[in-house]
Amino acid sequence: MASHSESIIREPLITGKDITYAKITNDVLFPVENKPNKAWWIGFTVAALGAMLWVVSISVTFWYGLGEWGLNKTVGWAWDITGFVWWVGIGHAGTLISAVLLLFRQNWRNSINRSAEAMTIFAVICAATYIVAHMGRPWLAYFTLPLPNQYVLWVNWNSALMMDVFAISTYFSVSLLFWYTGLLPDIATIRDRAVPGLRRRIYSILSFGWTGSVKTWQRFETVSLILAGISTPLVLSVHTIVSFDFATSLMPGWHTTIFPPYFVAGAIFSGFAMVQTLLLVTRKVLGLENYITMFHIESMNKIITLTGSIVGVAYITEFFIAWYSGVEYEQYAFLNRMFGPYWWAYWSMMSCNVISPQLFWFKKLRTNIAFSWVLSIVVNIGMWFERFVIIVTSLHRDYIPSSWVMFYPSWVDVGVFIGSIGVFFTLFLLFIRFLPSVAMAEVKLLLKTSSEQAKKKLIDSGKLDKEQVQDYVKELGKYDSVDLADYQTQK
Amino acid sequence: MSKTKFILGLFDDPDDMMHGIEKLQKNSIPIYDVYSPMPVHGIEAKLGVKESRLGYAAFCFGCLGASVIFSIVYYTLVHDWPMDIGGKPNFPIPVFVPFTFEWTILFTAFGMTLTFFAATHLFPGRAPRVMDLRATDDRFIIAIDAKGNVPHEDINNLLKEAGAVEIKHNDRKYVSYE
Repeated sequence: MASHSESIIREPLITGKDITYAKITNDVLFPVENKPNKAWWIGFTVAALGAMLWVVSISVTFWYGLGEWGLNKTVGWAWDITGFVWWVGIGHAGTLISAVLLLFRQNWRNSINRSAEAMTIFAVICAATYIVAHMGRPWLAYFTLPLPNQYVLWVNWNSALMMDVFAISTYFSVSLLFWYTGLLPDIATIRDRAVPGLRRRIYSILSFGWTGSVKTWQRFETVSLILAGISTPLVLSVHTIVSFDFATSLMPGWHTTIFPPYFVAGAIFSGFAMVQTLLLVTRKVLGLENYITMFHIESMNKIITLTGSIVGVAYITEFFIAWYSGVEYEQYAFLNRMFGPYWWAYWSMMSCNVISPQLFWFKKLRTNIAFSWVLSIVVNIGMWFERFVIIVTSLHRDYIPSSWVMFYPSWVDVGVFIGSIGVFFTLFLLFIRFLPSVAMAEVKLLLKTSSEQAKKKLIDSGKLDKEQVQDYVKELGKYDSVDLADYQTQK
Repeated sequence: MSKTKFILGLFDDPDDMMHGIEKLQKNSIPIYDVYSPMPVHGIEAKLGVKESRLGYAAFCFGCLGASVIFSIVYYTLVHDWPMDIGGKPNFPIPVFVPFTFEWTILFTAFGMTLTFFAATHLFPGRAPRVMDLRATDDRFIIAIDAKGNVPHEDINNLLKEAGAVEIKHNDRKYVSYE
């Protein structure tokens, strides 16, 4: 496999000089095998405080009931479902990176898939907490399962919420399985490097006794490929079904057939933004600039622009169809979004989701790390507003004008939301502390073909087309981890 | 010398290791197994490892999942308590689609992965049968059963010629993990 060399017109996926297999292991495992630095502790403390806020808010919700939230008779579904859809959407990028990009043989996924999948799992955990929370009586959660019961009634299979139960639980468990199976070889690496003791014993149990023999690897690759193949339709189905929660109702503003593809695009959009938010910081703090390079950042920014544009087209289509349908209620729902009392939410959504990602058409901006980071947060704010706009502005003015109201969140609503972000970051920080944040085995696969040093060797051999080499060196200019001086001296 | 159980050839480059396999095979020396920190493509063909049949298992589990959930939904929704909801038919095919789809995937994923774990003897708490600790880090290792493969010196030379960075004669089969 390693004996062929990759075309020079492809940009390197691993930068740096003197990268060996051992160096990859050392670099990736540094945060796992050493005491965490100050940045980690600061982040962890803030995140843990957020998680504590979540515990308090959710306890208040369960103790006193859903009356603690700002819901009223007209708006009976607000921040809870907004938060749920937001988190599930964020989760989608992880599966997209690990499964869809694997099927498309996009090698740049190799160094970001592990952390993106972890992000998926934590985001889905946050989403699941919303499902349980908005039941009000979580101890009755088993009502969603088709169990024989004292009412001799079965669950309502016709309901999209029931489909959600199946979709989310399948998505979570399959993602977890995919992620953990991929982790086995890397956990074995930690195990074999650890000194005898409790730490080694724990990693030994977690590694399932992985040895890396030929047959194990061969079957491992088959399993990964099939899991990727089935996760791809799965991830599309999950947000499709989430959109059914709205689309199968008769509410003006919800009752549209465009919802499934539009929600899926939005999910990928917000998910990539969250991957960007996390990884731009992680690569700096953990010193992984050689593995998560400018090429990765730029590629993700391109996907953000693509999916952001799809979302923009969907917004406009919705408007057109509302007008074209000739249904007065539908038309009012959309005009109300734009110019009604929630105009600020609507225009925040529009500017964050449709206008701002278009800035990435400029290469200067999409290869600027600080700008990308800020924009990724803007996108996530926009996507939160999207769900808020869809849910609250559609509900708050129903068919009877006497029941028209505004929605005001209570502190518990805000606490649950901010708290869930705390839970998410707590889990993510624990993950980068105890497990390898980059899939080492997969990055090692790229070393001999797609690394900067391998390509440098090809250039030095002098057999390559001069023009292509020039283009290649020019592209290297955007990398923050490449020293261009190495390329100027020789020629 | 006679206490040696396994001879390990440690390579720092997968291409050299492939070269080593070729050399050993040319000299009719059977290879016990190869351990590597990453999948090495093309090695299965060289060592005559048959293609994995996990795909068939995955397919069967998928069919099982689809049948199980279809039966549950059919029994509850159509047979046991048919409900009249707005005069709609109580055997609504579209309703079956999401559930059947989700459980097909659920059963495929878990069935296949658990089959993989079982077939490869992977489970939590299994004592790792590691021959050399660097096999999961940066060494590509060819293991040769020392019994019957003599003289050991010739094997050493073959491995060295292929580019092995280190050759080990182990008295124990596995690294102890007590």
